[in-house]
Amino acid sequence: MKRKALAALVGAAALSLVASLVTTTSASAAVNCDPYSGYKMMKGKTVTIFTSILEPELTTLNTAMSDFQACTGIKIKIEGSNQFEALLPVRVKGGNAPDLAWIPQPGLLAKLVETGKVVPAPASVVKNVDKYWSKSWKAYGTVKGKFYAAPFGSNMKSLVWYSPKQFAKNGYKVPSTFPEMLALADSMAAKGQIAFCGGLGSGGATGWPATDWVEQVVLRDHGSAVYNGWVDHSIKFSDPRIVSSMEKVASWMQNPKWVGNVKGIATTSFQDAGKGIPDGKCMMLQQASFYGNIIAESGASISPTGDAFAFYLPATNSKVTVPVVGGGEFTTAFSKRPEVVAVQTYLSSATFATSRVQLDNWISANSGVPLAAYKNPVDKLSATYLANPKSTFGFDASDLMPAAVGAGSMWREFTAWFGEGKSIADVVKAIDASWPKS
Amino acid sequence: MSEFVSTTITKFTSVFSAIAFFFIVLGILFALAGRANGKKARPIALVIFLAPSLVLLLAGLIIPGIRTILFSFMNPDSNDWVGFDNYTWMLEDPNVKTIMVNTILWILVVPIFTAALGLLLAIMLDRIKHESIPKSLLFMPMAISFVGASIIFKFVYEFRDPGEVQIGLLSAIVEFLGGTPKDWMLSKPLNTFLLMIIYVWTQMGFGMVILSAAIKAVPADIVEASALDGAHGWRLFRNITFPMIKGTFIVVLATGVVGALKVFDIVRTMTGGNFSTNVLANEMYSQVFVQFDQGKGSALAVILFLLLTPILIYNIRSLRMERSHS
Amino acid sequence: MSNLKIASHNPGRKLFSSKIATVVVWVTTVIWTIPTLGLFVTSFKADKEILNEPWWVSLFNPNFTLSSYKGVFFGDSSESLSNGVLPYFINSIVITLPATVFPIVIATMAAYALAWIRFRGSDFIFFFIFALQIVPLQMALIPLLLLFTGGAHIGSVTIFPALGIAGDFAGIWLPHTMFALPLAIYLLHNFIASLPRDLMEAAHVDGANHFKVFRMIVLPLSIPGIAAIAIFQFMWVWNDLLVALTFASGTEEVAPINSKLASLVGQYGSGKALFITQRPLKVIHQ
Repeated sequence: MKRKALAALVGAAALSLVASLVTTTSASAAVNCDPYSGYKMMKGKTVTIFTSILEPELTTLNTAMSDFQACTGIKIKIEGSNQFEALLPVRVKGGNAPDLAWIPQPGLLAKLVETGKVVPAPASVVKNVDKYWSKSWKAYGTVKGKFYAAPFGSNMKSLVWYSPKQFAKNGYKVPSTFPEMLALADSMAAKGQIAFCGGLGSGGATGWPATDWVEQVVLRDHGSAVYNGWVDHSIKFSDPRIVSSMEKVASWMQNPKWVGNVKGIATTSFQDAGKGIPDGKCMMLQQASFYGNIIAESGASISPTGDAFAFYLPATNSKVTVPVVGGGEFTTAFSKRPEVVAVQTYLSSATFATSRVQLDNWISANSGVPLAAYKNPVDKLSATYLANPKSTFGFDASDLMPAAVGAGSMWREFTAWFGEGKSIADVVKAIDASWPKS
Repeated sequence: MSEFVSTTITKFTSVFSAIAFFFIVLGILFALAGRANGKKARPIALVIFLAPSLVLLLAGLIIPGIRTILFSFMNPDSNDWVGFDNYTWMLEDPNVKTIMVNTILWILVVPIFTAALGLLLAIMLDRIKHESIPKSLLFMPMAISFVGASIIFKFVYEFRDPGEVQIGLLSAIVEFLGGTPKDWMLSKPLNTFLLMIIYVWTQMGFGMVILSAAIKAVPADIVEASALDGAHGWRLFRNITFPMIKGTFIVVLATGVVGALKVFDIVRTMTGGNFSTNVLANEMYSQVFVQFDQGKGSALAVILFLLLTPILIYNIRSLRMERSHS
Repeated sequence: MSNLKIASHNPGRKLFSSKIATVVVWVTTVIWTIPTLGLFVTSFKADKEILNEPWWVSLFNPNFTLSSYKGVFFGDSSESLSNGVLPYFINSIVITLPATVFPIVIATMAAYALAWIRFRGSDFIFFFIFALQIVPLQMALIPLLLLFTGGAHIGSVTIFPALGIAGDFAGIWLPHTMFALPLAIYLLHNFIASLPRDLMEAAHVDGANHFKVFRMIVLPLSIPGIAAIAIFQFMWVWNDLLVALTFASGTEEVAPINSKLASLVGQYGSGKALFITQRPLKVIHQ
């Protein structure tokens, strides 16, 4: 069926021939099965995984898992869909659930747990997670005191994308404090450059980048306690602290001096927003670690001296040390067949995380991954902040809030805030009103 | 590659055997039931003709429809009754008002434009040479999904700050004509109409083709007879042609209304329902699939259904009248 | 219909002169085609230029690339695309053919029964079916999927067996058939009901039963109507994403080309992926 598979087959046949003629050592030279000695051989078994991750990521994932599949005989089939969030609940409720799913929203995980179809994490997974992940990461995969889903990939949202080449050309330095960043923006504006680009457009999810900006500033201004209170609505949107952070976002991303056409941010797609960075059409964009893939699509090089790179979005309050907003996926199981447990265990191991990280464009909060394994400089930078024990970490608040807010009113109201000039007072009032009552 | 060939053969075998099986079963049924005569013949024929549709509709639409009505009185997870809460939410939420206004605009403007333009072109197509070429080209957008059509129109409605090169066709035309382009998707209430154009663009061809067929089916002797009586142009069309294709025109209108009520992909792709462009179907989709609120989503679906009832009643009445004449 | 002379001239003649008609039709056609042309041109542009140069400028300043088509058609190094889009294209055909044939035949039968085997309540059933068009597809997904995977039971009595066809092609054909029925029955009923009454009566007098009348008279005379609806249904199924992805999955075994292209948008840019889906359809409808 697949040329690659065919080649592998021919290769394997040739190898086994050689192996039978000489000794057995040459066969293991192709695939080193030592790291997988703990797994039973389960030939002919298939495990299906459903995810929102799309190509070309899927291929890289499969490559990372190829040794595991060769050594255990388990075939892993990954299906990626941009309709993942809508389809997964339908399939689960309708009895057509995949074996595993990588869920990016702890809120969605909790919803699915209520259906009774999610299988709690097996002991082997619990062991791995206790060993390799921090308590807070484990907590995101826990619903009502029961641990279900091990963390999978992570992304780091506290980055600002810029072009090292453009910065060098203009003599700009990467800012290390928030006021420095704004001062830099002023000098860019003085030269007639657009200092910050931004785009909220994302089809049905239009508005999410603005939720990221507010999350960054709330965590930076007020620290974990307020951030977590904001997430569970014990601190309302109308709270003066949240409002003051939103005002800070407004003076930053809605400042016509720095961003040009403010309203245009609401209609620009988030993918297009940063495409002008390599050419200096705009100078800085606050976006997550994955954004490098989007900039690279047009052939830009991503490196500390290249067309585009990222720096850490500086802190605003010295009392909040190394604030980092991030997100991630969680491996959720809908079956407890032995081969599913095996794959689940493997995915939560440092072996998998390391082999995936080595293939580029991936960050894991798994502490078993050595920093040296990262090849991509942006990933390495992100991992440094995620792994920093001093970091004040906040998981993407809109993914933690109830979907009616985090995937509903917050997107809608923030888009109106940028696109229609809706006042902060009206925005927070509408969001607070939409918070589910129960 | 050989595995690919063999799976392909298997796939096609399953298709053709499924279709063959379907027709064989039908053939046997027809043959067996055809033998019945006397009093039983009619009811047996009725059952065989009608039962497959009714069973499929029961499982596929009626039961889900009833479930939707029940869910509209329940909480987001559909495990507790909440009375009319989901309906009072609609009355109270300011966003829902915009949604209702837009939805009503859609069902008023879109079907009339689609059907009228389709009719106009159908009449004109009949008058020209090589009609199949423009007909095919006008019908072509039908082959494009709504999401696809929306992506195409992003290249029409794209806006850049004045001074930059406009890559959107509409902005470029406005600039060429000496005007100042705007961020079209932000311009209320123009943006809603711009979204409607996408729908009209894709669906007009369907009405045009059906109406064109209906016009061609009008008997020539009737037209000739009335032409001899002195009916020309507009009068001939109004008094003779239109009454004869009225049924088809109503079908095009009715499908237009149903389509305009249900379409959400365009709004979703272009604006995500922001900037006061949201419609019922999109809000329903968001509530059910993004915000996981079955209750509100179902209540919106029920309202969607209620909006259709006037058209339903009109259809019933016009068909009743038609039948009482014949 | 041999007793009817079909109009050889346009009955709306002299409403428009043929010159005006020609101009109006061609101008509309050009306007109608421009957006698609824009996409077509865009699909050959390099990624970087899409956002920097209007497509009508590129048209006179050609610097085109076929790179994106190559990857999509002939496969690239990625796991799910090693055979290009061909397997997905085949899946689309496999899904679309039965999902067009089944509902059309079943709907024609129902439309005939409602129009010509009149009984008490046939009007009611007809309008009820018309009204069912508005039941949102999205609301029917979960209950249908439950039916396919678990069957229907009252107490311990199984009234509908678990078909176990979720994930199979049959699991896509059946929902498409169900969802297509209301519109198809409605349109076909209008068409079939207007067939000449004397023809039917004459056949019955000759001793033909309903099945014979259906096969020998109704089906042949309804071909234009059936063809129009078949095209409509074909395109609906071809462009569908939701049903296929809910009842099957997005893997090479069953996923239609549309679902694959939706996930390719990120990889190759929306314009390119999109254009390929429409191409077969243009061939088919002409």
